Amino acid sequence: MAVVAFFVFSLLYLTPGDPAAVIAGDIATDEDIRRIRATLGLDEPFLIRFGTWVWALLHGDLGTSIFTNLPVTRLIGQRVEPTVALTLCTLVVAVAIAVPLGVIAAARAGSWTDRAIMAFSVLGFSVPVFVLAYILILTFSTGLGWLPVQGYRSITDGVWEWLRHLILPSAALGTVYIALIARITRATMLDVLAQDYVRTAQAKGLAPAQVLVGHALKNAAVPIMTVVGIGIALLISGAIVTETVFAIPGIGRLTVDAILRRDYPIIQGVILLFSAVYVLINLAVDLSYMFFDPRIRY
Amino acid sequence: MIRSFRSVTGACAVVALAMAGATLSGAALAQQKVLKFIPQADLRILDPIATTAYITRNHGYMVYDTLFATDAKFQVKPQMVEKYELSKDKLTYTFTLRDGLKFHDGVPVKSADCIASLERWAKRDALGQKLAENTEAWTAVNDKTFRLKLKKPFALTLDALAKPSSNVPFIMPERIAKTDPFKNIEDPTGSGPFKMVKEEWVPGSKVIYVKNTDYVPRKEPPSWASGGKVVKVDRVEWIYIPDSAIAAAALSAGEADWWEQLPPDLIPLLRKNKDIKVENIDPLGSMGLIRFNHIQPPFNNVKMRQALLYVVNQQDYLLGIAGDVKNGRTCYSYFVCGTPLSSETGAEALKGKRDFDKAKKLIAESGYKGEKVVIISATDQPIVHSQSLLTTELLRKLGVNVELQAGDWGTLITRRTSKEPVEKGGWSIFHTWLVGPDLTSPAVNFAIRGSGEKGWFGWANDPKVEELREAWFATTDAANSKKAAEAVQRQAFEFVPYVPTAQFILPTAYRTNLSGLIVAPVAFLWNVEKK
Repeated sequence: MAVVAFFVFSLLYLTPGDPAAVIAGDIATDEDIRRIRATLGLDEPFLIRFGTWVWALLHGDLGTSIFTNLPVTRLIGQRVEPTVALTLCTLVVAVAIAVPLGVIAAARAGSWTDRAIMAFSVLGFSVPVFVLAYILILTFSTGLGWLPVQGYRSITDGVWEWLRHLILPSAALGTVYIALIARITRATMLDVLAQDYVRTAQAKGLAPAQVLVGHALKNAAVPIMTVVGIGIALLISGAIVTETVFAIPGIGRLTVDAILRRDYPIIQGVILLFSAVYVLINLAVDLSYMFFDPRIRY
Repeated sequence: MIRSFRSVTGACAVVALAMAGATLSGAALAQQKVLKFIPQADLRILDPIATTAYITRNHGYMVYDTLFATDAKFQVKPQMVEKYELSKDKLTYTFTLRDGLKFHDGVPVKSADCIASLERWAKRDALGQKLAENTEAWTAVNDKTFRLKLKKPFALTLDALAKPSSNVPFIMPERIAKTDPFKNIEDPTGSGPFKMVKEEWVPGSKVIYVKNTDYVPRKEPPSWASGGKVVKVDRVEWIYIPDSAIAAAALSAGEADWWEQLPPDLIPLLRKNKDIKVENIDPLGSMGLIRFNHIQPPFNNVKMRQALLYVVNQQDYLLGIAGDVKNGRTCYSYFVCGTPLSSETGAEALKGKRDFDKAKKLIAESGYKGEKVVIISATDQPIVHSQSLLTTELLRKLGVNVELQAGDWGTLITRRTSKEPVEKGGWSIFHTWLVGPDLTSPAVNFAIRGSGEKGWFGWANDPKVEELREAWFATTDAANSKKAAEAVQRQAFEFVPYVPTAQFILPTAYRTNLSGLIVAPVAFLWNVEKK
């Protein structure tokens, strides 16, 4: 995390752009910008700025937004719920759909079902999230009027309202993820299904479903979990596009807006948060291996 | 076991109560008239003095009020002021505030608040600085009356106090107005017709305002920022939707009531919707401009700048910016067309037949030897980028060695501060646009100025235009003012601080259940009724 913190700060320091110029607005002079820069401490040398930031960070303070004057922790706090809701909803739906699809495709390898699932998978992988989002909005929001076009409602506004606002963004974001997991599940299952113990299970006369789920899928779970874990990074980057298209006030949009305005404290805070989350996810995935494969011990 | 069961039951009950509470507050909200407005940009900075960003100016109009305001006939009208007097020697103004003016925290508006606010404004705003140059002192006579003593008569005193666009002299509580003018204020307490609900503000997503029930509107009908600011809804939600296609869909689906500025490509689509009205409610629109770097070759040579006057076709720029010539007009004036000081004096080169031969001749006379010209552009600002593409093409046709370097707006506005040559990260040309109210006179059109390195980016240095501008400030009647403005413009067309590209209006779109929108250069949200 310390390395990430140093690199993030250094990269932002070297990136062209000056928040003081953005604050001053189009109608400003050099002197206006210089005064604003001095007020914000942006004219301090690199080491002093870095030291100040690290000192505050060690005290749990991520700083204050240069533009809104609001604490970065508050800004991130406002955005956590929509992003977590969108990511979890997408993850749950994607895994629930993709794993059975991958298992069915593997069980019927070479059949039309397999080809159809793989064709869907290629399509899901190829269509950009924003294109899919527009198609979904055109069909289900402006066309049929079933679901809202944009925005987010907190779960405290009612579970149905919350879900209604998540269905289209999750569908748009989840398609790539479904495609990825379905392909990996199929490939892994095909490997496992060729193993001797599967043939033994079939020879014992076990039902095909029992062989697939009880024997094959459980043994294929470790690589699938690895991809699910890696895919969360994919989800986070996809969430940035999804949140922008559906105007969801999540962390992804906060990041993009901050980058466009060079709001350094927010960018630094969000990247640190993302790195911490990613480390925790990897840890969780590693620990989950023990559950799926008792031979694995740490 | 029983204890944990009770804990779980208790927790469920708390959650259920919270949900019920949320539902109740949602029901209470449903009883209110809520105006959902999609603004032109995201509100990031709350201080309309520290920044000139138009979105912050618009926020300012929601929460603050002004002493005076300009009406649709360009007349200055009292707003917070009940009455004022000017002494016979024209050196002392005495202002008396209206009864019942209160800030959002319930504290009455006093003379000290007005003086502190105007002093802070005068440290940032160009016209404010001009007023400050002529000011001897502001003094409070009592809580409701205060005095401005001038060093010498300044005919534009009331125009300055009624300035309609950035920076607007908004009145804030003294405790806030004492803030360093280069530091953003955080407290949005004003005395305007709306109160900002800061706790509900989600930067990048929404800004919430509620009706200020203590506000006492004037009796006169609204006209631009003057007259009665009667609020006819309980709550206004500014919903920022960055994707224009989604904003259009949200308006069509009734998730928003009003979209402030339409991108040109979506106008035909929304015009087909019978539930939506697409209108031009901005009488002045905005003007695009080509700004030169006056301190670096080749545009430090006046002939290079003049060459562009002969080839810029405003119709092309209008199409590029607004998509349709109906969304604007050609305007061969440095003072926005449709205002008293606009004229075509000295504009022959820009207005006449497009003459590439003449332009090439001027370029040759300038001694141009193929130096690289860098146009910096921002692809996230369509108005900037469309102009940049057109200018690049024009310069190529003229045989200029031009390179378009496109980035984002944040990069452009940083890079344009560089005074270095293009080889060291400098620039030759950038494009932008200014709203009509910022171009009505030599007092507010800062881009026309020739104040050199102290001036706007590009650093045009033209002592003659500065001298003519001073002469304009000294005029006291309309006829002389017009004549003096024409002289400024004639000189500007000679010196070419920038090239005006087109006057364009980005229409607004609103659902048909709205009425009472005020025709003005700013989207004012008072007087708007929702059925």
